[in-house]
Amino acid sequence: MTAAQPIFKPLGLLAELTHRCPLGCPYCSNPLALDRDELDTATWARVFREAAGLGVLQVHLSGGEPAARRDLAEITAAAHGAGLYTNLITSAVGLTPKRFAALADAGLDHVQISIQDHAPDSADHIAGYAGAYERKRMLAAEVVRHKIPLTVNAVIHRANIDHVADMVELAIELGASRVEIAHVQYYGWALKNRAALMPTRAQVERAVAAVEALRARHQGRIVIDAVVPDYYARFPKPCVGGWGRRSLNVTPAGKVLPCHAAESIPDLEFWSVRERSLAEIWENSPAFRAFRGTDWMQEPCASCPRRFEDFGGCRCQAFALTGDARATDPVCQFSPKHALVAALAEERREEPYVYRRLEREHASADTAL
Amino acid sequence: MTETSQAATIAPDAKPRLPRGVRLVHNEAHGGLVLLAPERVFKPDPIAVEILKRCTGEATFAAIVDDLANTYSAPRERILADASALLRSLADKRLLEL
Repeated sequence: MTAAQPIFKPLGLLAELTHRCPLGCPYCSNPLALDRDELDTATWARVFREAAGLGVLQVHLSGGEPAARRDLAEITAAAHGAGLYTNLITSAVGLTPKRFAALADAGLDHVQISIQDHAPDSADHIAGYAGAYERKRMLAAEVVRHKIPLTVNAVIHRANIDHVADMVELAIELGASRVEIAHVQYYGWALKNRAALMPTRAQVERAVAAVEALRARHQGRIVIDAVVPDYYARFPKPCVGGWGRRSLNVTPAGKVLPCHAAESIPDLEFWSVRERSLAEIWENSPAFRAFRGTDWMQEPCASCPRRFEDFGGCRCQAFALTGDARATDPVCQFSPKHALVAALAEERREEPYVYRRLEREHASADTAL
Repeated sequence: MTETSQAATIAPDAKPRLPRGVRLVHNEAHGGLVLLAPERVFKPDPIAVEILKRCTGEATFAAIVDDLANTYSAPRERILADASALLRSLADKRLLEL
């Protein structure tokens, strides 16, 4: 197939500054194999300038925990200087009031803080880090004090889904203008912990009703964003707004991915910002071309009128659940494998979390070097 | 839509402004002015652009409506209704301070 694919202008860039993180959240979206090698400050500055030139409007500074980078203020200033809207996605651990003030001065536009639950003991247990909850409260107060808008990202799964209303109340108390009811998506570490994290259908239905009521009660006070979780949906999410269409992701080591989980699909060839410009990668990288547009689709997607809305769903999920990255995302009710999703949602087990615990391995490996 | 539709009135002496974290910027690649907000990007239509440009925190809402009515020789009631609906919807999304 040599037909020209339409090239869109990306809107957002997810900058994974590091895979280091003090927390151990069992649903972490980072890959199981983490980058040890990290781009330096100057390379990130170049990436931001190239991104702005390509049409990117917003950069999401993420990780791992971005505050694990000592040069976070310089990186923020570089993104702001390139004309990008800067969004910090953080666990809050490692950001003192002084460090945060430097980020505010560097031109930070928005902060997103994740919360694990509404109560400290449960939240810290899920995060695998004692004291995380209290640090989130402290950072939220700093963000509000600097008059920077705050989003609270409430990551939802079986252990906390019944506390959705309390988590929204906490977000309001923290001064957030927006809260994301972010149902866990099962990639990376979350896929490993799926049986321990998966909510029941009854829980999901209660949560959806609770969110509706909360929206009505708090209109004008806080914006509540929520979507139906994948395994209980009838149609797939329009993952990353379409492959290679709206956004791109740069890993700590500089590989450019169409989405943060793309490395889970075998045989995709990713190009690196160390060797090529972002524009060249966006346009011609084999990984970006693999599922751009609709030419790659099979039935039932290929003739489906929804293909321009949801783009066949998520390629990583299609591969993870069916073994074929070109298959219809099995979340879709038209997928021949749709029954599999319901069966997997029933595989729930009360078992301990496998925490994302690679920080120590990194530290010991570093020491050994 | 319950509260939005009935509460689409803005006090005449309100001084609307975009808060920190919400910016109207020009971008060539996306064909003109775009409104950047927390994890969202809006492409305002030409009328919305004219209204938003005037939300500086200095002009009152009444003055903004007068200015638009004069500039575009349009009926004041029509401008008032359009601008009220836009600003109320942005304020409900926490993207505008009144």
